[in-house]
Amino acid sequence: MNMFLRQQGREESEMAKQYETVIGLEVHVELATKTKIFCGCSTAFGGAPNTHTCPVCTGMPGSLPVLNKKVVELAMAVGLATNCKIHQFCKFDRKNYFYPDNPQNYQISQLYLPICYEGGIEIETPAGKKVVGIHEIHMEEDAGKLIHDEWEDCSLVDYNRSGVPLIEIVSEPDMRSADEVIAYLDKLRLIIQYLGASDCKLQEGSMRADVNLSVREAGAKEFGTRTEMKNLNSFKAIARAIEGERARQIELLEEGKKVIQETRRWDDNKESSYPMRSKEDAQDYRYFPDPDLVPVIISDEWLEEIRSRQPELRTEKLLRYKTEFDIPDYDAGILTGSKRMADIFEETTAICGKPKKVSNWLMGETLRLLKEEGMEPEELSFSPENLAKLIGLTEDGTINQTVAKEVFEKIFREDIDPVVYVEEHGLKTVNDEGELRRVVEEVIANNPQSVSDYRGGKKKALGFLVGQTMKAMKGKADPGAVNRMLAELLSEA
Amino acid sequence: MREGKERMIMQTASMTALELGRKIRQREISAAEAVEASLAQIEAAEPSLNCFVTVDGEGARAKAEKIQKAIDDGTLTGPLAGVPVGIKDNMCTEGLLTTCSSKILYNFKPTYTAEAVLNLERAGAIIVGKTNMDEFAMGSTTETSAFGVTRNPWNTEHVPGGSSGGSCAAVAAGEVPYALGSDTGGSIRQPSSFCGVTGLKPTYGTVSRYGLIAYGSSLDQIGPIAKDVSDCAAILETIASYDRKDSTSVKRTDCDFTSALVDDVKGLKIGIPSDYLAAGLDEEVKTAILKAADVLKSKGAQVEEFDLSLVEYAIPAYYVIASAEASSNLSRFDGVKYGYRAEQYEGLHSMYKRSRSEGFGEEVKRRIMLGSFVLSSGYYDAYYLKALRTKALIKQAFDRAFEKYDVILGPAAPTTAPKLGESLADPIKMYLGDIYTISVNLAGLPGMTVPCGMDSKGLPVGVQLIGDCFQEKKIIRAAYAYEQGRGPWELPAAMRFARAAGGGEKDGPKTSAGQTGGNETNCAGKADEHVSAAAGKGGI
Repeated sequence: MNMFLRQQGREESEMAKQYETVIGLEVHVELATKTKIFCGCSTAFGGAPNTHTCPVCTGMPGSLPVLNKKVVELAMAVGLATNCKIHQFCKFDRKNYFYPDNPQNYQISQLYLPICYEGGIEIETPAGKKVVGIHEIHMEEDAGKLIHDEWEDCSLVDYNRSGVPLIEIVSEPDMRSADEVIAYLDKLRLIIQYLGASDCKLQEGSMRADVNLSVREAGAKEFGTRTEMKNLNSFKAIARAIEGERARQIELLEEGKKVIQETRRWDDNKESSYPMRSKEDAQDYRYFPDPDLVPVIISDEWLEEIRSRQPELRTEKLLRYKTEFDIPDYDAGILTGSKRMADIFEETTAICGKPKKVSNWLMGETLRLLKEEGMEPEELSFSPENLAKLIGLTEDGTINQTVAKEVFEKIFREDIDPVVYVEEHGLKTVNDEGELRRVVEEVIANNPQSVSDYRGGKKKALGFLVGQTMKAMKGKADPGAVNRMLAELLSEA
Repeated sequence: MREGKERMIMQTASMTALELGRKIRQREISAAEAVEASLAQIEAAEPSLNCFVTVDGEGARAKAEKIQKAIDDGTLTGPLAGVPVGIKDNMCTEGLLTTCSSKILYNFKPTYTAEAVLNLERAGAIIVGKTNMDEFAMGSTTETSAFGVTRNPWNTEHVPGGSSGGSCAAVAAGEVPYALGSDTGGSIRQPSSFCGVTGLKPTYGTVSRYGLIAYGSSLDQIGPIAKDVSDCAAILETIASYDRKDSTSVKRTDCDFTSALVDDVKGLKIGIPSDYLAAGLDEEVKTAILKAADVLKSKGAQVEEFDLSLVEYAIPAYYVIASAEASSNLSRFDGVKYGYRAEQYEGLHSMYKRSRSEGFGEEVKRRIMLGSFVLSSGYYDAYYLKALRTKALIKQAFDRAFEKYDVILGPAAPTTAPKLGESLADPIKMYLGDIYTISVNLAGLPGMTVPCGMDSKGLPVGVQLIGDCFQEKKIIRAAYAYEQGRGPWELPAAMRFARAAGGGEKDGPKTSAGQTGGNETNCAGKADEHVSAAAGKGGI
């Protein structure tokens, strides 16, 4: 059935019955530690296959896992920031299943006593604020990567990712639409980025979301049968998958069929999903506590230490930007909408002490260039020092605004030092009175019409003359000085 | 010339590790001669005993040269420098075949060496080979090895016990002065009893498990097998270490075990569990055990019987826990990365299935299935959790006992060594044979076996001494005092095998691969309470 027919079917059926969509998410986030969760190997991307490995993360016989303390701290930080309770006595369990990307044929995860539980975050919806519950957050290890070589007809395994630390954030089935899901993911991503716990890039897989979805007739008390959707690599794909799955389930119900509990894989190119495995062939993972790891005991002191180290999150930042820097709501919203942006704002302000100017550069030129380049704010790579220097150069009149914009582009793209750049390219505003007077006199002489217009009362003509002067000076004049000089010389004659 | 050499081999073969180490330090024997004597004894005895899966003569000779230099220049001064050793084949040795006596690891050469073995190497030990065992340490007779049974040096018609049967028989036969074994349910103590050698299973967490190929992770512990108590104390002192690579490793500051070699048990309180002397215990074994208790009593120890409850629950709890852990631990042997892969298969699942079906022996498969069953959905609570609760209760029972006693004394096995083939015919009976050793692993306690007599068939009996957690010194002291009271103990080594070095007759026929049924002997201890929290590996 093509998309058109399916949608038509849905519209008709929805006229008869109203359906509610119930969605819960399982979000995997790769934690930003330098080393793996159970060994000292690097978590860096891009190494040659199987170079970031050791007996532990390749599951060699006799090797043993040792927990990376930083993983526990980051998991706790995310738990605290999402209002979770912390299991101060928690354990790791083995999830047993055979697959070659999993060198021990079990994954070390947490089932019985996950580190964080019973939390939730507030999201904005068209109907107002709403809390999405978090059932639990647990720590686990990532698997390696299988590469199927069709040419050689064989499969190869790269264990560089094996043992990279993950947390899985399991929400309650509290979301009712794709919009709510996106709002939840957005908020979650921002919180985790603010904590520095992960960069949360969906495309690169450092944040992955599985969608559990069911539909039920509006007003029904019981949940419908749910499916789990995997392979969702962007917010857009998630939104499309939700719409698609909702339609598919409603269609089944309308036809008097049943939804089968199963795991489905979303194909974003085809905008449709297909079943991966049903509940019947669901594996029994035979979870049991990993005897190689001792229970994690989180003392009150440790918990307090993590709590006290929690960075300022967005809500607090928003308020502070308004009160401390007098930044308008809208601007503060944009600035705090990305951890990177907020960091640049604060660091630049700390150097130059001019929050409004910094905000203007970020809200104006920075957003413009981001849009032009199709980049995300998180990808900003220029240093606050250089932006602060640029602001200094404009403030003391060394360069004018036009030149400053040109220099900013170089900063944005190449993070150049504006002081050096301005010097090397001779972009300083010319402050030589004699030179300015000579050029202005020339402009007056060459533009008699405008001069007489101005003297005849058309004050607008001054703008043209200023422009001509700036052009003649290759933009390096101080517009204020040009204005004054023109006014002075025109009033003389 | 040959006579002189034979005499040297015979003398060396009868020495303890410490005696040999002393002679090496005093330049009476060179490390090379010690290695040659060991290799000659191995050559003589192996055809009838099959204690080793791999003998590394070349590596040992090369190592002897290096060690001798280090001894000569004063860098190596320890008691074990230059002394040959056999390592149970479930401990990783870099570049040296490590098979767990299983077909599935028939070609496996580890890329690293187990921490306990490294500790020995740092002390100047020379590895002459890897000893035979029950496959993956699952068995009580060393008959489940994929590389042939090991025979008991006292009588080659009998088993050496297991699973560290190769290590115990090799020491008894003088092939090596000492060996390392591992004990998950009695795998050091029971074969030590059967072979008339001294073996010690330390408190869980004392010796690093890093590099020990796991059977039951919460119960496995490496320990020494030697000719006497002094050797065991010195070896344990060398291999015990806090290891950051093993989360269950314990930081101990009381590892000077040789300081407990004191012939004084006055006032020491020794308890004998009445259940350990009850029905099922062979009369001759019982007599030997009680005689050992009398020796200690005569030296001033207070000995009495008491009721250690829950004894009968230890075996089912053990087989549930150990098998559950084993079913998961052994899942990595799948034919993908190393070891045996079936030749014929179609697709991934068929490769897994065939490699594992062909690579594992019967007893290992039995335990993997048992373990998978008790962990499966719907049975986890009824079996696994119940077994864990039982384990906790057993620990409590021992805690109560150790409020009253310093040392618990009993047998290590209900009988002396059975004949080859007898045990595997009835696995349940074999499992029941672990009754005196298993609860020690469940409670994480240290236990030691010392030879204490012979039965009428001429087979040795060992007495087991059990201590509270971290109280190795108490059992070492009791064992040492007993040993002094007992008097000299002669092993069959010098008596029988050295002769063969000159090309004399060889004892029994060597069987090929004995994979009959399954026994089991390992143990494990658990040590949640001694280990602190999340030891960081230094992330960030």
